[in-house]
Amino acid sequence: MSYAITIGPRRYRFDDLKTLLARATPLRSGDQLAGIAASSAEERVAAQMCLADVPLLTFLNELLIPYEQDEISRLIIDSHDAHAFAPIRHLTVGGLRDWLLSDAASSSMLASIAPGLTPEMVSAVSKLMRNQDLVWVASKCRVITRFRNTQGLPGHMGVRLQPNHPTDDARGIAAAMLDGLLYGAGDAVIGINPASDSPETIHTMLAMMDEVRQRYAIPTQSCVLTHVTSTLELIRRGAPVDLVFQSIAGTEKANSGFGINLAVLGEAQQAAQQLGRGTVGDNVMYFETGQGSALSANAHWGVDQQTCEVRAYAVARHFSPLLVNTVVGFIGPEYLYNGKQIIRAGLEDHFCGKLLGLPMGCDICYTNHAEADQDDMDSLLTLLGTAGIHFIIGVPGADDIMLGYQSTSFHDALYLRQLLGLKRAPEFEDWLESMAITRAGKLQAQDHQQALLQLMETV
Amino acid sequence: MNAPLPYTGISPITEDSWQDLASHTVARIALGRVGASLPTRETLRFALAHAQARDAVHTPLDLSALSASLQDLQLPSLQVRSAAPSRAAYLQRPDQGRRLHPDSRASLLAAGVEPCDVLFVVGDGLSARAVASHALPLIAATLPLLHEQGLRVGPVVLATEARVALADEVGECLQAAMVVMLIGERPGLSSPDSLGVYLTSAPQVGRMDSQRNCISNVRPQGLPYPLAAYKLAWLIRAGRSGGTGVALKDGSAAEQGWLDLQTRLAHDAI
Repeated sequence: MSYAITIGPRRYRFDDLKTLLARATPLRSGDQLAGIAASSAEERVAAQMCLADVPLLTFLNELLIPYEQDEISRLIIDSHDAHAFAPIRHLTVGGLRDWLLSDAASSSMLASIAPGLTPEMVSAVSKLMRNQDLVWVASKCRVITRFRNTQGLPGHMGVRLQPNHPTDDARGIAAAMLDGLLYGAGDAVIGINPASDSPETIHTMLAMMDEVRQRYAIPTQSCVLTHVTSTLELIRRGAPVDLVFQSIAGTEKANSGFGINLAVLGEAQQAAQQLGRGTVGDNVMYFETGQGSALSANAHWGVDQQTCEVRAYAVARHFSPLLVNTVVGFIGPEYLYNGKQIIRAGLEDHFCGKLLGLPMGCDICYTNHAEADQDDMDSLLTLLGTAGIHFIIGVPGADDIMLGYQSTSFHDALYLRQLLGLKRAPEFEDWLESMAITRAGKLQAQDHQQALLQLMETV
Repeated sequence: MNAPLPYTGISPITEDSWQDLASHTVARIALGRVGASLPTRETLRFALAHAQARDAVHTPLDLSALSASLQDLQLPSLQVRSAAPSRAAYLQRPDQGRRLHPDSRASLLAAGVEPCDVLFVVGDGLSARAVASHALPLIAATLPLLHEQGLRVGPVVLATEARVALADEVGECLQAAMVVMLIGERPGLSSPDSLGVYLTSAPQVGRMDSQRNCISNVRPQGLPYPLAAYKLAWLIRAGRSGGTGVALKDGSAAEQGWLDLQTRLAHDAI
């Protein structure tokens, strides 16, 4: 089906729904690279006007990627909850935006319609929303997850402690871990990106983190962010695996480029749950995403990069994850060119994830070949804090010495906490108090008596 | 006008008591804080590192110097460029960086090179500095291990404005059974010269990333040449029978040869 609108003397025609969505997307380099972006500013707004009048029901009937050829399309349609959808099924995309911003869309109402929303509906409505709309509606969404602590409570924000080291050196990792814990970070997860994909190395890292956690009774979880098949193998070998990590994308073809599918994710989820390592819950999955991954794998079907991204959230949602984060500026300037595009994408990803019911975090980041700097990260950090972000990343000094990009620092998280009064996961906050790392939530100066400093002796 | 603050001799910086741990990592740990924020000294140190990394991205690779050094090692080399016409285009059009310029493709096809078991491609990627510093030493350290395996190694192909997948087309043109792409990784603040290594069997246009194996951060302060060479030779041996990609798990670090090398390197460092 085609869509058309007349603006003054010009008639704009869009051949199908995916073309309409692509043309309606706020400007970004990735859609230009794919050759699907609007060719003028007026065409973009024309597409947005046209999109505003599309009924939500259209998205259930006109699939962007064929049902027969993509298991994520099948997942989206087969798991759609008609009962949850009922209160909003009469709305158009523009009507959905109005409803989301209204007082009628309370936190509980938003949670109850989430299973009735498809990624394409959510992506569509986000294209009609300004940054403040993305912030406000996301701030109303509540998503709570649990493993060894409770995450996502109102007024709370978690931090993933990311103590990466370029050669996976145990003492280097431990030193960064200690630094992060003493700066009050690590409630979301202590998660290492390994430089090596050797199972022996990863096993050693898992064992080291588990030993530290047990020795100091830290109510958090650990993860080595390696391929899901490697984690499965490590579970079989008896390694102490808390969370299963995987990068995911929004098309079957792109996921196959990552060497994964829904079946293997399901197998891994089951294997990790069977270990029974969670104490307060069994959300065992940790996913990372990012706009541009489908295009990068040449697996985007002519669908805009943001819609592909939101389709990845349908994959995530299926496995009840503890944590999901978009690694928003990591992919580079060919997909998100500058600070403005990265900030917009970060807000979109967070909003779309939350609206679909995900514990959505963000790796607020950029690379050295993008037109961005720390000021842009400060802006996005502050905005996402007000939007109620589930968790952010904590890297020593914002400089990831393994992955070679800039993320947010332990200091950045402290800034946001003091600015907005954001608390840590309650179990973790209690632990920090018991270790005298914080007092009444505030970081304390430490002397050499701090028991955690003996952590280095264990590695 | 307000009176100046009285001098108290007390710095507003809270210093961290674990500064000695900084000897274990180049990560920015124990930075201290002013309130919750970074002290001025670290804000400026970071700004300088970012400025230098930005400059590294835009510095071109010196092909003639590299090719002359290869000559000294008795290694013939060929030069190609990708379809990206400029650095600016390269940064925004990865599709162009993955394909050969038509002239380069034609010259490879006409080069009359014998089919080989392993072909090295050296691409500038995002850090020409990484390639200029580390590509040659890594090739030199790897060659003897490949010769032990009785493998035929092709001429080294030097590529500019190159992405990882450019090596697929190069390998296809020169009928290589496996291709090794040595490429400058995106410069980090603390590692502006990190070399990435990508191994792909049966290279041809359209190979996916899941069909490759990667060794990252090759440089003396990262993964040193002898270890990187050992790992690469291990992956080549394993990949020759079962193919490369996610199914091939790197087991090199479990071998005695690896442990011996590590011990030797640790000893040399003392």
